[in-house]
Amino acid sequence: MSTIEERVKKIIIEQLGVKEEEVKPEASFENDLGADSLDTVELVMALEEEFETEIPDEEAEKIKTVQTAIDYIKNHAS
Amino acid sequence: MTTSMQGQVALVTGATRGIGKAIALQLVAQGVKVIGTATTDSGAASISDYLGDHGEGLSLNVADEANIQAVLAHIDSHYGQLDILVNNAGITRDNLLMRMKDDEWDSVLDTNLKSVFRLCKGVMRGMMKRRSGRIINISSVVGTTGNPGQTNYCAAKAGLVGFTKALAKEIAARGITVNCVAPGFIDTDMTKSLTDDQKQAIFSNIPAARLGQPEEIAAAVVFLASPGAAYITGETIHVNGGMAMI
Repeated sequence: MSTIEERVKKIIIEQLGVKEEEVKPEASFENDLGADSLDTVELVMALEEEFETEIPDEEAEKIKTVQTAIDYIKNHAS
Repeated sequence: MTTSMQGQVALVTGATRGIGKAIALQLVAQGVKVIGTATTDSGAASISDYLGDHGEGLSLNVADEANIQAVLAHIDSHYGQLDILVNNAGITRDNLLMRMKDDEWDSVLDTNLKSVFRLCKGVMRGMMKRRSGRIINISSVVGTTGNPGQTNYCAAKAGLVGFTKALAKEIAARGITVNCVAPGFIDTDMTKSLTDDQKQAIFSNIPAARLGQPEEIAAAVVFLASPGAAYITGETIHVNGGMAMI
């Protein structure tokens, strides 16, 4: 069983088409990983499905880096 | 590129009669499963009757968010996908601006414009995931030309054109197209209420010198929904017998 961190990173790699070594904790989806705003929305959708949770819009807007995504899931996934 | 629409699923709002019914029937002729909506249960039953095995009628008030979610959930659980959304449902509440009540304005904007925002938002996740989808919004020639007594209707129909262009740009890279079809004067219940004098005045402005038929609108909608139209997005196709050449 993979850790939450590994699962989140895997989704980021798949959704944004980036290399594993680029997915550093502080990496920003839009500034560092080449995502546009719609890519970020899709990434949140993919996280919701992987972790079977619903991320409210106001929370989703705060998920801008690899670490904020991991933190959100750690705090909210069942 | 596939050239068949066989097995696709479409949602057509306002499908009891007129343009919506013609769209539903022409999509069925292409092998598409159609869910048609009506404002009443009896309207939904009549849609189920004419669709037979090719889909079903559902009752939907497009101005009711919860109702929209219920219909989309039903489509998801029974059909598993939605390839084509045709936002056709529309109402008129004509009045001169100086006499127009807030509720006449609000009901037309809610039913004709806000409903499209809600329905598009509701189908977006599925279409984004599948990297394909067709959204066709039924606007109107008067959204471009204006028409006295219809500030509300013209605002809503022009609003659809701007909405369509903005959404088309947002999601074009995801393989989803968003377009409008703008009918002119079509032979439906909505235009039957016109007086003979009004009709004569209108005919004098239509080079084709006749009302359009609902099937002539449906043909444009089916084209935009077809695989051949994949590179057309943010566009408005005017179908009006030449009354306005835009």
